Amino acid sequence: MDQPQPLHTNLRYEEELRGLRATLLKMGGLVERQIAEAIDALVNRDTELAKQVIERDKEVNRMDIDTDETCIRLLALHQPAGSDLRFITTGLKITVDLERIGDNAVNIAERAVELNEEPQIKPYIDIPRMASIAQSMVKDSIDAFMRQDTGLCDAVIARDDEVDGLNRQVYRELLSYMAEDPRLIARSTRILFISKYLERIADHAENIAEMVTFMVKGKMIKHMDKK
Amino acid sequence: MADKIQTHHLTAYFGKVRGVHDINMNIQENQITAIIGPSGCGKSTFVRCLNRMHEVIVGAYAEGEVILDGDNIYAPEVDPVQVRRRIGMVFQKPTPFPTMSIEDNVAAGLKLNGVTFNKSEKEAVVERCLKQAALWEEVKDRLRAPGGSLSGGQQQRLCVARALAVEPEVLLMDEPCSALDPISTARIEELLIELKANYTIVIVTHNMQQAARTADMTAFFFSGDLIEFGETRQIFTNPDRRETEDYITGRFG
Repeated sequence: MDQPQPLHTNLRYEEELRGLRATLLKMGGLVERQIAEAIDALVNRDTELAKQVIERDKEVNRMDIDTDETCIRLLALHQPAGSDLRFITTGLKITVDLERIGDNAVNIAERAVELNEEPQIKPYIDIPRMASIAQSMVKDSIDAFMRQDTGLCDAVIARDDEVDGLNRQVYRELLSYMAEDPRLIARSTRILFISKYLERIADHAENIAEMVTFMVKGKMIKHMDKK
Repeated sequence: MADKIQTHHLTAYFGKVRGVHDINMNIQENQITAIIGPSGCGKSTFVRCLNRMHEVIVGAYAEGEVILDGDNIYAPEVDPVQVRRRIGMVFQKPTPFPTMSIEDNVAAGLKLNGVTFNKSEKEAVVERCLKQAALWEEVKDRLRAPGGSLSGGQQQRLCVARALAVEPEVLLMDEPCSALDPISTARIEELLIELKANYTIVIVTHNMQQAARTADMTAFFFSGDLIEFGETRQIFTNPDRRETEDYITGRFG
């Protein structure tokens, strides 16, 4: 089914489906920005920016509720089938992951506010690298959803290992700091949390990529090759 | 699951016009098979071929084979009346005999088939069929009331009871719920699922949710051709053919 599909006979239904697609795209863009700005707030020690990120989470939550309501309305009123059914049920699940990604960005911002109150242990190197991979995974998983591109899904899923590797590296590094100087334990733990939040964000992006693959192919790839 | 009916290159004509074209389909025993598709796609014509009702229309005839339990019902020696006894039919609009009593409506098919029975035999058949059609509780105290005094949904179940009285093996239903309200529709659907333990059911429906709710297998017809035939779940969640996908998602121009 490569060629573009014709429009629905019921144009209001067609419009509502497009509206759902647009909301999810916007929500994806917003959580990407949340990740980027939370990390900027950490790296540039910008507490004001961190607080903006925390405040903006309300918007993400509102979009999550909007998406839920739209999906439920579409299911109740139009009894969708085939690719539409897979699109709507996938939308219903993707919004959960996007909302959690938003929460993780808020958690990063909260830790940044705390860390900015004390001197920095060392320059941040691996954390921004992790963040940029995780952020690109979120972006690509949403692009894959929009373009129905399972190749892009596979690429997202493959990149999760990089983030996991960096997370372990950050852990080992901070462990040695803490062993050397117990006064660094509080700050190191906070950075460790941030590393974990980024690792979780990458996992959510991976979930989205798996669900998009189901949406496009009608085949479940979740829990197939868990290590 | 064994095949109850197989069609081989079944093509049906109205004079020179082709109604359905080269249909090869296996209908499994004790399953509900739904036929869906837009108006004029040949789904009613197809089921009417399955019990030789198609040829009743002037100028209409069918080619190919319909194999019922291994025997071609279009073989020259076959009596169509006997075929219709084995393969019963319920139509879109309830068609009880309106002035005939409820019990006589049920027994009508047997009488027409020349079966003779005494009073207690008749009572037993009437009770069995009305129970099978899930109508017994509602009419047991007024079996002598005319069939026309029942509601539309009850009349349709009376027609099911009448079809069951001659103990058919296959039940063809052509849009049995299109004139009924949602509650009567739900009763008929419930009934179909109960009946499939003993009968093979083929249902034509414009209501795709009805097919999705009741049928084990679903066939999609379009302009006289069988486009796709498969498990209902697969047809409604992930069909193979583009035409099927467009139809079930409401993308038909």
